[in-house]
Amino acid sequence: MTEFEYAPALESTSILNLQSDYKLFINGTYTAAKAGKRFTTVNPSTGEAIASISYAELDDVNSAVAAARAAYTKVWGKMPAAERGKYLFRIARLLQERAREFAVLETLDNGKPIRESRDTDIPLAAAHFFYHAGWADKLDYAGLGTNPKPLGVVGQIIPWNFPLLMLAWKVAPALAAGNTVVLKPAETTPLTALLFAEVCQQAGLPAGVVNIVTGDGVTGSYLVNHPDVDKIAFTGSTAVGKAIARAVADTKKSVTLELGGKAANIVYDDAAIDEAVEGIVNGIFFNQGHVCCAGSRLLVQENVQDEVIEKLKRRMALIRVGNPLDKNTDLGAINSAEQLARITELTNTGDAEGAERWSAPCDLPSKGYWYAPTIFTGVSQTHRIAREEIFGPVLSVLTFRTPAEAVEKANNTPYGLSAGVWSEKGSKVLWTASKLRAGVIWTNTFNKFDPTSPFGGFKESGWGREGGRHGLAAYLKGGKN
Amino acid sequence: MITDFSESSLKNFLKTLPPVDQVGAEARAAMLATRSIKTASKTWAIDTAISMVDLTTLEGADTPGKVRALCAKAVRPDATDPSVPSVGAVCVYNDMVKIAREHLDSIGGKHVPVAAVSTAFPSGRASFAVKRQDTLDALENGAAEIDMVIDRGAFLSGRIGEVFDEIRAIKDLCGNKAHLKVILETGELVTLDNVRKASYLGMLAGGDFIKTSTGKVAPAATAPVVLVMLEAVRDFHAATGKRIGVKPAGGIRTTKDAIKQLVLVNETAGPEWLNPQMFRIGASALLNDLLLQRMKMRDGHYASPQYVTLD
Amino acid sequence: MNRIDVMKTYKLYINGAFPRSESGRVYELKDAKGAFIANPCWASRKDLRDSVVAARAAFSGWSKATAYNRGQVLYRIAEVMQGRASQFADEIEAQEGITTKQALVQVEESIDLMVWYAGWTDKISSLSGANNPVAGSFYNFTIPEAIGVVGAFIEGKPSLISLIASVGSIIASGNTAVVIASEKFPLTAITFAEVCATSDVPAGVINILTGKTPELVGWMGSHMDVDAVDASGLSSKQLTELKIAGADNLKRIHSFKSVKSPDRILAFVEHKTVWQTIGV
Repeated sequence: MTEFEYAPALESTSILNLQSDYKLFINGTYTAAKAGKRFTTVNPSTGEAIASISYAELDDVNSAVAAARAAYTKVWGKMPAAERGKYLFRIARLLQERAREFAVLETLDNGKPIRESRDTDIPLAAAHFFYHAGWADKLDYAGLGTNPKPLGVVGQIIPWNFPLLMLAWKVAPALAAGNTVVLKPAETTPLTALLFAEVCQQAGLPAGVVNIVTGDGVTGSYLVNHPDVDKIAFTGSTAVGKAIARAVADTKKSVTLELGGKAANIVYDDAAIDEAVEGIVNGIFFNQGHVCCAGSRLLVQENVQDEVIEKLKRRMALIRVGNPLDKNTDLGAINSAEQLARITELTNTGDAEGAERWSAPCDLPSKGYWYAPTIFTGVSQTHRIAREEIFGPVLSVLTFRTPAEAVEKANNTPYGLSAGVWSEKGSKVLWTASKLRAGVIWTNTFNKFDPTSPFGGFKESGWGREGGRHGLAAYLKGGKN
Repeated sequence: MITDFSESSLKNFLKTLPPVDQVGAEARAAMLATRSIKTASKTWAIDTAISMVDLTTLEGADTPGKVRALCAKAVRPDATDPSVPSVGAVCVYNDMVKIAREHLDSIGGKHVPVAAVSTAFPSGRASFAVKRQDTLDALENGAAEIDMVIDRGAFLSGRIGEVFDEIRAIKDLCGNKAHLKVILETGELVTLDNVRKASYLGMLAGGDFIKTSTGKVAPAATAPVVLVMLEAVRDFHAATGKRIGVKPAGGIRTTKDAIKQLVLVNETAGPEWLNPQMFRIGASALLNDLLLQRMKMRDGHYASPQYVTLD
Repeated sequence: MNRIDVMKTYKLYINGAFPRSESGRVYELKDAKGAFIANPCWASRKDLRDSVVAARAAFSGWSKATAYNRGQVLYRIAEVMQGRASQFADEIEAQEGITTKQALVQVEESIDLMVWYAGWTDKISSLSGANNPVAGSFYNFTIPEAIGVVGAFIEGKPSLISLIASVGSIIASGNTAVVIASEKFPLTAITFAEVCATSDVPAGVINILTGKTPELVGWMGSHMDVDAVDASGLSSKQLTELKIAGADNLKRIHSFKSVKSPDRILAFVEHKTVWQTIGV
């Protein structure tokens, strides 16, 4: 008997042209923050600093908005739609050309496995630009009447879990609809956004159409409160989403929010069990569980619980945790010390409240931020780990007896972003989907994204959709949230 | 696991097997194909793959000369490098078994078994008497392994009992003298659900190995098919304690293909299957590509087909 | 002494390759001033037959490709056309007797038109797909699907725009095309074929024949393995002839006035409606 060990298969970082200091991107050029304040971005798999980043204060945000407004009024707002589209096509193709470089940079800054950056994040980001490029001169067909108008200047705040992809989800439709943009990347993952600015330059995008202001939540609040911003698009925590909703309440700003979730992944007894196990694993361990739509609650039909859990544990033992730059790594680093602390706190309450913890045996590196893939069985609805978003590689397992009970438990949450349904019976899968109060329902699959497919949540998971014709509407006058 | 092997009992049992979702199975196989096997792991994988090859010639034009050359290659694949392992077996038609066995014995190849295709290979369209004789001929001439084909016509028309009984009968003929590989011909079964069901029939009827294909029909040993068969042997072992082997055959031409198969085995059935007793690869052209890659690992530069023998 | 140019040979484009007509025939093409330009192939009914075989074989793969993939291929055609802009302009100028500037404008509009159609591949379902609220516990949805092999007769001037309007709209949804170029302006079509051959267009998706339109109308119309025809380039008499012949397999035959309309795409799709029960 032999163990087939996979020798290290590291993706090289030599493709990167890393700098030690990065500036803001305003009005088509890289420009330092006026007050000169900086912060550091860290490689979460080692805890080591990668580079120093400019911190945008109110003054810088003002400059960025002013640049976006000028570009909108004088250039972008006047440009024939087909020409706008061609810029977006250029951006899409450039992202495809520089895909490897972006994937390596994303893994370095975020901690996610290179396989995921390479095979999921970057290709989807390029596809998002390509899809929206084709809408720019077809807005008459978006279902909003002829010649719908853009909103103007859009402020966009994105999270750290899919940095470049979230940038694409925000920037592509905004530009396709004729708006200009000020984007604030997440504090811990600014690098691919700053590299994207280079792509804008290579594409010849007119100055001021895309502006990037790096900073933290305070920087974001400057954008939210800026009087000359017509719309705010935010993806992040539900708590901050609510704060934004309050902040803009007495303004005319339109808002779209894409917030948290606690999705149920429902496995019926007539599911394709092996594929369902893959779907459970993908649902909660893809991207280290740092996914708003993660299948973080497994609702398994009680009569197949033992079989499913046994197969799940066996499958979890195959998850390779380690250096994100290794092409064979399945689970990378937790994005920050703060996030690791949150995961630890919540899982400790899982133990305290009486759920049973099982973690896949694995060697965690000594430096950096790491958490082993973990499941809790014997979880009930009242447990904190069944109600609160952990945003880590931790699955809570609950059971149900009937389809009605599955649906009731699945819906019993203030969130409503996504859900999974596993059964090979078509009528039942559609019945379940029709009853679930969630914006994205995956049947016999999970965590699938496409630029044509609208994404967004019911209830406290947010306002509005991104992707597809529905997502486009949010960036046009007459389009609703 | 069932013990009543009547047709109605078998049919009911097959109905209880969980279905396979094709999209999900293909996604799992595709993910495993992204594994990057380098340096020491690659060297190990190449040598392991060589030792698992069932070096095959199954042509109407096969002659004693062709079979002897194949046997020589099987024992010492690279004349210039004695560290290269012998292959797992030599696979021929049953009227070539005697020639193969005698020649192998005369060139220091006693450790290389001869596998014979049988039961009216490849189509399986003949009376049971013919299939029985086919098998007996092979066994009498020294075959240590029998690669039989199931009756796909019977399977697809619902005569599950016939499929089962035939496998059972051939296994009885093999007894302790030979191990039985059951060829499902997955390309003709088409759906992954059928592959799962046929796998169980092969295992329940006493097969020692389940094998994907005859190599005469495409598609043959695709990754999702092999995945489903590996899941079957894994689950069968969990339920009964018995380990059944798996042999993909057909369409595995490059070292990359072979290594993908080993990864599938490693992360589905498990490392207990990573040896020639539990996993074989039916191939002919593959061996030379394995040798070329082995040379590259050894020498540090790309090799040329001129430096391996045609047979 | 002035350098002698290498004269270009213009061949047919069938199944990704460039054969001469099996009939061996060519016809003489003169420019607007009456000077000899080239001997384009004079395609026969057998070349048409071979093109339909190629288009049919290519249909399965092309219609099953993702909309994204098809969009990328159409966009790639535009990228390569852009690189060949001056070649197209020279040929258009020579054939159509217009100025260099006018020719270049036509080329640029044609490239932009291809980009426009490239952007439709993954948006057609937004236009004509639907979820239908039937009365009953059913999920009911309508999806547009490619028809199959679509023939096309291309109008005269402007030669490149007419060609793109036809080809782009036909293949966007997954159909494959058998294109009969304008008899008077064939060079544009063959240079475009060269673009297709270098743009990741799978063999057989686009087939382009040059020759005498009247000869091929009846054969296209009566071919039982052609599912539809874009007849924009035909005279009304030819159109009638095509429709009578096409009735045998109920070909979907359409002519268009506008070069830039999603109607040209929707004319060559079929709509499939699926019902699925909802229940436990």
